[in-house]
Amino acid sequence: MVGHSPPPFFKRGPAPLAKLVFFLVLSLALLVSDLKLRYLDAFRQGLSVLAYPLQMAAATPADFVRNASDYFASLVRLQIENKELKSKQLKEGERLLRLEQLEQENRHLRTLLEARERQPVKSTVAEIMYTAKDPFSRKVILDKGAQAGIEAGQAVVDDAGVVGQITRVFPMQSELTLLTDKDQAIPVMVVRSGLRAVLFGSGDGLMELRYLAANADVQPGDKIVTSGLDGVFLAGLPVATVARVERDQAQTFARIPCLPAAGVERFTHVLVLGHRESLPARPPEVEPVVGKLKGRKARSAKE
Amino acid sequence: MQPTNRSRRILLPVKMWFVYTTLFVALFLNYIPTGHLPAVPDFVALVLAFWCVREPLKIGIGAGFLFGLLTDIGVGAALGQHAFAYVLVAYAANELSRRVLWFTPVEQALHVLPLLFLSQVVMVIVRLMAGAEFPGWWMFFGTFVAAVLWIPLHYVLLLPQYQPMERDDNRPI
Repeated sequence: MVGHSPPPFFKRGPAPLAKLVFFLVLSLALLVSDLKLRYLDAFRQGLSVLAYPLQMAAATPADFVRNASDYFASLVRLQIENKELKSKQLKEGERLLRLEQLEQENRHLRTLLEARERQPVKSTVAEIMYTAKDPFSRKVILDKGAQAGIEAGQAVVDDAGVVGQITRVFPMQSELTLLTDKDQAIPVMVVRSGLRAVLFGSGDGLMELRYLAANADVQPGDKIVTSGLDGVFLAGLPVATVARVERDQAQTFARIPCLPAAGVERFTHVLVLGHRESLPARPPEVEPVVGKLKGRKARSAKE
Repeated sequence: MQPTNRSRRILLPVKMWFVYTTLFVALFLNYIPTGHLPAVPDFVALVLAFWCVREPLKIGIGAGFLFGLLTDIGVGAALGQHAFAYVLVAYAANELSRRVLWFTPVEQALHVLPLLFLSQVVMVIVRLMAGAEFPGWWMFFGTFVAAVLWIPLHYVLLLPQYQPMERDDNRPI
């Protein structure tokens, strides 16, 4: 009987358990390379071309609901909104007039100082289409994408302050990660004291000023604006207001939850800001002592 | 008395194009941007579990992986998150199929419920390990809705197989 195998009546390919282990390992590898190493953006782009038609078709019911609610919005509400907008425009108009004159003056002064010209920031208006379905993150989808010149990393603001940052760009849409997304970070400054810090999303619709000493000069109600140190966000955009300050002597850092300034979780139009003027080049690094670093290490140090 | 496989009427063989069409329809339903609305079931997991229970020889882990990847792309989740969960669902459904098919649809739904629940738990664990926030318990409600949907699904998805290929009035089935 040696050498006889059972007849292939019930051929199923490899054993189910082997298949299971293979695919589980494959998905785990995908997960790690996507979440930790971020290698898979090109792969995702490729597959998203396949999924795109279906995605577009699936978005139509949402579009329909949105448009229908717009259509049936009551006349009274529109009238109130119109009145508010008019008065707001009047207020802003006066400031805009002055701004133009100030910009002119600024340009003159800059030429006098021979400073680099501040490039005008090109911005794009986009509409929030819907909230991304992934329940683990706070992301929304905008209706403008690579075709409108949007790139990953651009800052997004609305009329009240910073909303978030573009994280992925598709041909016709882009994905905006809100500031309240867990661990989404933004370098900020406390207006009153000039204290610099980093603001993190804490995940529950709030944000948190982390790594500030327990005796840091922060009070409830303090306004927080971007510091512009990251080279992504323009300096001085409103970000949040300090909600409360919890100082615990046992802890090294204070716990400071903040309320977002912009309508971060509301559906409105937003402004995608262009890239800031390029920052000055990094100062050259001091050449390492020759002889100590060899091979790959030396090369990477030069880069 | 000999136990009878009550749910197994004499059916026509399944058409694979119909299986994949229903899976794509489920994918479409998953893509509908319902945002963070609670109690929205995971349609792909449900339909995948259904076919893996009905046709363990024809559909299984490979399809689970593929449709998991497509779901990941469409809903903006981490790549591999749904794939991981669906591979587990497909495997467990394949293994359970010999047992589950002996029960009535309601009892089948009770078998599938822990399966779908497990897929959600796996996704939560994977994402929490990667440092995401816990979205709240509402995300598990969808599983129960899906289990309830199993009962109508049992009739809708088998409908093409109930019909004879050529109508013959003299034949009983």
